[in-house]
Amino acid sequence: MVAATTAKVLLRGLSVSYHGKPALRDVSLEIGEHEIFGIIGPAGSGKTSLLRALNRMDSFVSGMRVAGDIILDGRNLRDWRNLYALRRRIGVVFPLPVGLPLSVYDNVAFAPRLRGVRRRAALDEIVERCLRRAALWDEVKDRLKSLGSLLSGGQQQRLTIARALSQAPDLLLLDEFSIAVDPVTTMRIEDVLKELKHEVTIVLVTNLVQQARRLADRTAFLLSGELVEVGDTEDLFAGRVEDERTRDYLEGRFG
Amino acid sequence: MSQFTATPRNHRQHRRQSVVKAIFLLMTVLLIVPVLLILTFLIVKGAPVLSFEFLFAMPENGMTAGGILPALVGTVWLVTVALLASVPVGVAAAIYLSEYAPDNWLTRAINLAIINLAGVPSIVHALFGVGAFVLFFKFGTSILAASLTLAIMTLPVVIVSTLEALRSVPQAFREACWNMGATRWQTIRKVVLPNSVSGILTGVILEVSRTAGETAPIMFTGAAFFLPFLPQGVLDQTMALSLHLFVISTQVPGVPEGFPYGVALVLISLVLLMNAISIGFRTWLRGRKKW
Repeated sequence: MVAATTAKVLLRGLSVSYHGKPALRDVSLEIGEHEIFGIIGPAGSGKTSLLRALNRMDSFVSGMRVAGDIILDGRNLRDWRNLYALRRRIGVVFPLPVGLPLSVYDNVAFAPRLRGVRRRAALDEIVERCLRRAALWDEVKDRLKSLGSLLSGGQQQRLTIARALSQAPDLLLLDEFSIAVDPVTTMRIEDVLKELKHEVTIVLVTNLVQQARRLADRTAFLLSGELVEVGDTEDLFAGRVEDERTRDYLEGRFG
Repeated sequence: MSQFTATPRNHRQHRRQSVVKAIFLLMTVLLIVPVLLILTFLIVKGAPVLSFEFLFAMPENGMTAGGILPALVGTVWLVTVALLASVPVGVAAAIYLSEYAPDNWLTRAINLAIINLAGVPSIVHALFGVGAFVLFFKFGTSILAASLTLAIMTLPVVIVSTLEALRSVPQAFREACWNMGATRWQTIRKVVLPNSVSGILTGVILEVSRTAGETAPIMFTGAAFFLPFLPQGVLDQTMALSLHLFVISTQVPGVPEGFPYGVALVLISLVLLMNAISIGFRTWLRGRKKW
């Protein structure tokens, strides 16, 4: 059992609203260092809003308001002056793959270049390592110069993951990464995530309850913008729940 | 009757569909006819007077003989200076409005103002040009004053088409860049602009066509009835094809019948040539960038 020893992320009374419409209400929880933290819940439960708040996307999305505190490594996100530096430390993968209209190589070299890596050899090394980790290298190694946006959907999703890894993040946010990926590739990526856990903290939002079960050390269940409960994934799936709604959801009785 | 056999209802729908299609086709043909007629007419009437001399000689005998060189050169001057003024300003304004401006009443007011600016009649722009550039800034009647007037007149076209080009770049691309820690400017420079250049060029093409053909805005601000010399700089007056066409068609007696058609043909060819260059450039850009 991996218990959260040190808190990587601490949420205190986090609320998110869009144009005054609440999407997430008063969520408080702790995400430990080097754990995979699962977030499950039906559509519209506020999972994505939570991720966006972690990444401070509220400064870019019009109408999005965040209340409450997010503390990353003991530092309140409000005190971060340089949001760009913050986002460079946080890798994000969204459900729909976005291959930037740049070459495959440039897609993965984008973030390293932003943080000032210029040497060709260093970039080559990062690009190859990240593509290998995202289980994409073998398929694209001969066409690194072709456009990332012309890859297939599943390949683009792995490209997105490679890009997130190229940021050398210490917090990785995954929002239903497997929605556009075939089952075999999903399994390969899941294996990668299990390895990565030793280096980065991973927040995994997923609609697939079984995926949370396979990967997450602890899991939070959200419902209509409220946190129903957080617990060790094993306990939740073994039926040791505090709230009946969690059991119902896990057993597929609604959602 | 099998379920795949056509019913009377299917027949009726099919007939109606054919009629609608025919109407749309007719409208399209109606649209092409005047263009073809104008072009044919101009070529038939104008082509005989075209010659090397017509293009590259100075006018003689009160514009009833000789060539149109000063007007040709003048139009190129006016269009070029107008482009140099309006493209940077228009593109920058569009980038601000699309990428930086918050969605509030001020932004909406500015957008509305731009659309209204596009609806201002060109003669009003001309009077504004006289007041602002000729008199207030003391540029006098000059290429500079005329081009700036044209630039202001075509600015909305540039802004609106650039805005459309920028907005056609999927928002997901921007968010992907922001998520990696790119600033707005890095995102614009590396992803948004490279993928909207072709759309922006479309606006420029439209502007070239409009600028070259306008007469009213330049009449009071910099274009001359007749000048026996070529402009040497932006503070000189100049002749222009559009005004020259008006002048020899209506103001000067004794102009050979083919002359106005020749001038019109040159003007249209000039616009088509500039468009062709831009379209070629755009096609080349599109071939390189795709998503």
